[in-house]
Amino acid sequence: MGVRTESHKTEWLTTLPSLAWLTLFFAVPALIVLAFTFHGHTPNGGVGEWSLATWKELVDPDYPTIVWKTLRISFQVTVWCILLALPCAYAIARMGTRWRGVVAGAIMLPFWTSFVVRVFAWKTVMHPDGWLQAVYHGWLHAKLALFSWIPGVSVPVLADPPPGNCLLGFAHCAIDTARTTIIDSEIAVVLVSVYTFLPFAIMPIYTAAEKFDFSLLEAARDLGAKNFHAFRKIFVPGIWQGIVSAVLMVFIPAVGSYVIPQMLGGTNCVLIGNKIFMRAMQQRNIPHASALATLMAAAVLVPLGLAAWWTRRAAARDRRKLELRTAQLMSTGGQR
Amino acid sequence: MKRSFFSVVVLGLVLAFLYAPIVLVFVYACVPNGSSMSFFRTDGSFIGFSAKWYQMIFRGDYALKDLMQSLWLSLKVAGLATLASCVLGTTAALALHRWKGRLQSIHHALVYLPLVMPDILIGISLLMLFVALGVECGFWTILLAHVTFCVSYVVMTILARLQDFDDRIVEAAYDLGAGPWYSFFHVELPLLMPGIIAGGLLAFTLSIDDVVITSFVNGAGTNTFPTYVSSMVKHSKNLPAVFALSTIMLVFTCALVGLSKLVVRGQPQKPKEAKGTKGK
Repeated sequence: MGVRTESHKTEWLTTLPSLAWLTLFFAVPALIVLAFTFHGHTPNGGVGEWSLATWKELVDPDYPTIVWKTLRISFQVTVWCILLALPCAYAIARMGTRWRGVVAGAIMLPFWTSFVVRVFAWKTVMHPDGWLQAVYHGWLHAKLALFSWIPGVSVPVLADPPPGNCLLGFAHCAIDTARTTIIDSEIAVVLVSVYTFLPFAIMPIYTAAEKFDFSLLEAARDLGAKNFHAFRKIFVPGIWQGIVSAVLMVFIPAVGSYVIPQMLGGTNCVLIGNKIFMRAMQQRNIPHASALATLMAAAVLVPLGLAAWWTRRAAARDRRKLELRTAQLMSTGGQR
Repeated sequence: MKRSFFSVVVLGLVLAFLYAPIVLVFVYACVPNGSSMSFFRTDGSFIGFSAKWYQMIFRGDYALKDLMQSLWLSLKVAGLATLASCVLGTTAALALHRWKGRLQSIHHALVYLPLVMPDILIGISLLMLFVALGVECGFWTILLAHVTFCVSYVVMTILARLQDFDDRIVEAAYDLGAGPWYSFFHVELPLLMPGIIAGGLLAFTLSIDDVVITSFVNGAGTNTFPTYVSSMVKHSKNLPAVFALSTIMLVFTCALVGLSKLVVRGQPQKPKEAKGTKGK
């Protein structure tokens, strides 16, 4: 009994510092946010009486559009990241041990330059007179020429076309150069988000692929499977937990993203994150900001809950181990 | 062993994609004209590269005073946040590793949730706490916020290290008469040091790079390097100086890491062997 209480005391002493810190500065603030959503706001930027006014105001037609846009862009970013990360992780996992460390390190190295500075570099190269702008216009022209005849496909950035000039679908005359800059467009936000989150997709998939038994792929080929078929039916299920981790590691920060849309999306790409910042910092409407934050937390916790519900306990434990290994890889720049 | 040509090509393209902005930072650090950000005159002729931004930095030019101040603040915050989160993270990881009761599952949830929450939610909830308490935002609120989001990453890194930790070593220390404090400081801590250092490096990187959480809790006029840079207007005259400063910082970090690798290589794998023999 004496040993037991002693051990109990040690447990509390060891746990208390971090437990107290995180309760005070993570759990309590989250509850405060939730509580503020049930308050009205005062004109001078304070928090008013208890009321349901804030939740009623959320029906404002603006908000559902913003939530939908945020989810749509996050989904696009996630799909691109996974599609690019799969072949990368496969390629790294098939390299010799020596090269693996070097390439994994090379993927994490860009993080040593400040994130904001890298976004500014993108911003500079997206200058309206720059070459990326020219590429973007070329793509818009192609889209217009090839797809504009399909009903339902819209190329949203058109000036009024001069009549008679748009024969045979070659309607490039109709693109309004001044309004269709790549900066301040949704494409810029998606591109730079993919750029930012891609390493977070590659690392967990690579960690899973590292443990994958590649002789299975050869067996599949010997049995007559085509390369891609073997990849899809054997490799992808074999590293499934890595893919789930990667999806979460991209989708969640993408939903919360606010710097990238603010710097590159301008007024055309206002996401929940930007709205929260605007309400909290510029308009000082604390209850509204809290309500939007609660919505965002729901948008994050629902897929997380789904992922937990989908994967069984053993699988969840495997994934946690994978995540630990990923953390280790990322913190040491890929070197073991 | 059949290598897929396709996957290697994709990997090459992705690496090029990841490094393109870094190259751009190098290039634009030498741009002669800070307001047009262009190497060309209006008539299209090439002006050439310029080293004036580097000169400005090394001279301590007055125009860069705020930038340098923000960098200094960032370094201070990151250093202190790293220290604090390493202490909190080590005790937390030890507790999570050693005990498995109800208390630890709550503890684990509290450590794990900040990792899966978007930064902006941590930022706004801390802001709400400071609003509710009526605290003025400034240096201390920034530091507190940074410690909060760094702790979880440090815990995860140390926990990963603890996974291949042989608990019998601690038992052996107890059997040989060491008390809990003695065994912690003379057995566990030295063995965990590589994990703690890795976690600390991660915490430092995250802290010095954070813009989202800081922009909520910094208060008026207090800027870290990332918030200062992100608040620069579209074509601030001094943008190339930011790029030049980033280049210097990157070269400095690479040199530091390269040097530490050389030092580690210089010692012929001593700690690993020691660990191996002790484990058996």
